[in-house]
Amino acid sequence: MVPLSWYLILAAALFCIGVFGALARRNAVGILMGIELMLNAVNINLVAFWRHIGPDQMTGQLFAIFVITVAAAEAAVGLALIIAIYRQRNTVNVEEIDMMKG
Amino acid sequence: MDYLRNFFVNLARSWTAWIGGFLPDWGVNLVNYLVVGIILVLMPVIATLTLTWMERKVIGRIQNRIGPNRVGPWGIFQAFADAVKMLIKEDIVPSGADKPVFNLAPILIAGAAALLWAVVPFGRGMIGQNLNIGALYVVAVGSITTIAVIMAGWSSNNKFALLGAFRVVAQLLSYEIPMVLSIATVVLVTGTMRMGDIVERQVAPFIVVLPVAFITYLLAAAAETGRAPFDLLEADSEIVAGYFVEYSGLKFGWFYIAEYGNLFAIAAITTTLFLGGWRGPFVSVAPALGPFYFVIKSVAVIFVLMWIRGTWPRFRIDQMLAFAWKVLVPASLANLLWSAIVLQIGRQPEQLGPTIVQMILLLVGNVAILAVTGLLLGRAARRYAAQHGWAGA
Amino acid sequence: MQQAIFIILALLTLGAALMTVITRNLLRAALWLVATFFGIAAIFILLRAEFLAVAQILVYVGAISTLIIFAIMLSRGIMDPDQVRFNGQWGVVGGFAALLFVVLAVIVTRVPWPAAAGGAPVGDAPADAIARLGAAFVGPYAIPFEVASVLLVVAMIGAIIIARERE
Repeated sequence: MVPLSWYLILAAALFCIGVFGALARRNAVGILMGIELMLNAVNINLVAFWRHIGPDQMTGQLFAIFVITVAAAEAAVGLALIIAIYRQRNTVNVEEIDMMKG
Repeated sequence: MDYLRNFFVNLARSWTAWIGGFLPDWGVNLVNYLVVGIILVLMPVIATLTLTWMERKVIGRIQNRIGPNRVGPWGIFQAFADAVKMLIKEDIVPSGADKPVFNLAPILIAGAAALLWAVVPFGRGMIGQNLNIGALYVVAVGSITTIAVIMAGWSSNNKFALLGAFRVVAQLLSYEIPMVLSIATVVLVTGTMRMGDIVERQVAPFIVVLPVAFITYLLAAAAETGRAPFDLLEADSEIVAGYFVEYSGLKFGWFYIAEYGNLFAIAAITTTLFLGGWRGPFVSVAPALGPFYFVIKSVAVIFVLMWIRGTWPRFRIDQMLAFAWKVLVPASLANLLWSAIVLQIGRQPEQLGPTIVQMILLLVGNVAILAVTGLLLGRAARRYAAQHGWAGA
Repeated sequence: MQQAIFIILALLTLGAALMTVITRNLLRAALWLVATFFGIAAIFILLRAEFLAVAQILVYVGAISTLIIFAIMLSRGIMDPDQVRFNGQWGVVGGFAALLFVVLAVIVTRVPWPAAAGGAPVGDAPADAIARLGAAFVGPYAIPFEVASVLLVVAMIGAIIIARERE
């Protein structure tokens, strides 16, 4: 059997890759992809805890499904925003979208 | 005689016993998994070789032609001749193509077509893997096709291919919803997602119990596989050949194999969900008859799909999306709601499959939904005709 | 055996994830993201969460990746292969991410998890896990479930309104 800590380390690594993608990318779509990676890392954790600590209660899987739902909603709205910004400004580079800067 | 009655299962048992004589347990498992895997992977290829011939004959007859008749008796070896031609053709990669993605797309799409066969029950106990999420698995595998098509369309570096891929996204995502809703109705009525158990609990074929779900599934499946009249993703008169226009030789062959493998798989899943799968007369006496019934029913479904292809003109893209969202989704949603209500009325604990009364109630509801849908569609067509004349309706 | 499969899957998933964040070509990055999702689905199967694995493929591969690729293709200018991948702070961010990983790894290996992290999980996954999942959705978690569906409707309407072309 695979120990719980292995799954947690995998999830931690995935989360950190996601953090790097979300913070270092210049492109808004790239940032969104980093966020998706972070959400997936959280899902691995939830499912691993479900399997190793309480497989009789489905709470871990339930929360993973809620995370997937929220991720879907977030991707839809986020990409809609990106497309709208692209139409307006002809760029999705987050450094150039600084109209709010005084 | 007893051996013949359950021929396929007995054959598998004898085979396992024979190789078990000289192989350890894990070796037997490995060999058996490999054999099953090879059979399942070969299914799309077999489907392509037989169904291309059948399709050309059927379409030929519908269009008052004879169809292929040169290679072999009634042209049955035409498919092999085509296969040889495809194998020896030059393999061309366009200069601006994204090469790794371009090469990966045909593999992925053919793989997805083969994956579907893992959960198809050919007979009692004759299923690759009776997954507890079988029905959902079918839908999930279908979404791999979407990615493969996008990869092919984008990596070709061709406007027509990209346009075809764009259309695929809109089409597949729209038609996935009515498809899932109609599968969900069947799952709700049988109370299981295992494909094998869906057949076991299908006392009466669901085509007579849930005709709305059947029609919705068949139309959505035709759209998912890009069959005419929903073949906009490869509409040759508009965008040449759509997403695989740049492919040639064996890579084109993979798309071809995926198309016909998917056609057969869709027919097989329709048979499983709505036509009672391997059920038929005398199956309880001789289970070996099951696979034959299964294939006969599947071929009948394929014939209907070919018939539709030969008869109907192609939809326009906006008409097609409107059809999914304004007709199929409401109808299947109403059907799902009605099924849930009926199943809740007079539900016994530990009940497997619907009772007779429930089936009659389901049928009544389905006929009502069909009537309302037909009425509304007819009214819409008349209104359109009053404004634009019948030609465009 | 399972441990070997886990290590292979984990390396594939992490490799694909790394490629997702460092690939210059954005569409390639999206395809690497798809590969990552497949790897995570396989890990869910290893954890005996088949329903989640299929839901992962259905939602992430079938819907979210398609959406991302669609957005990339709709704004072709952003696929410019010569663009700069990262912003100016990528070195700092990389160091921060590595540090975060080290901290997290130390924490998860030090904490005494109730299930004894080194050992096998308590009990086996229940055979009727999917039935339980469904029952939980319409039973104790009915309200979160409804809220999630409202969220999806709101997101859908919002996305349509935001992305619609104004005349």
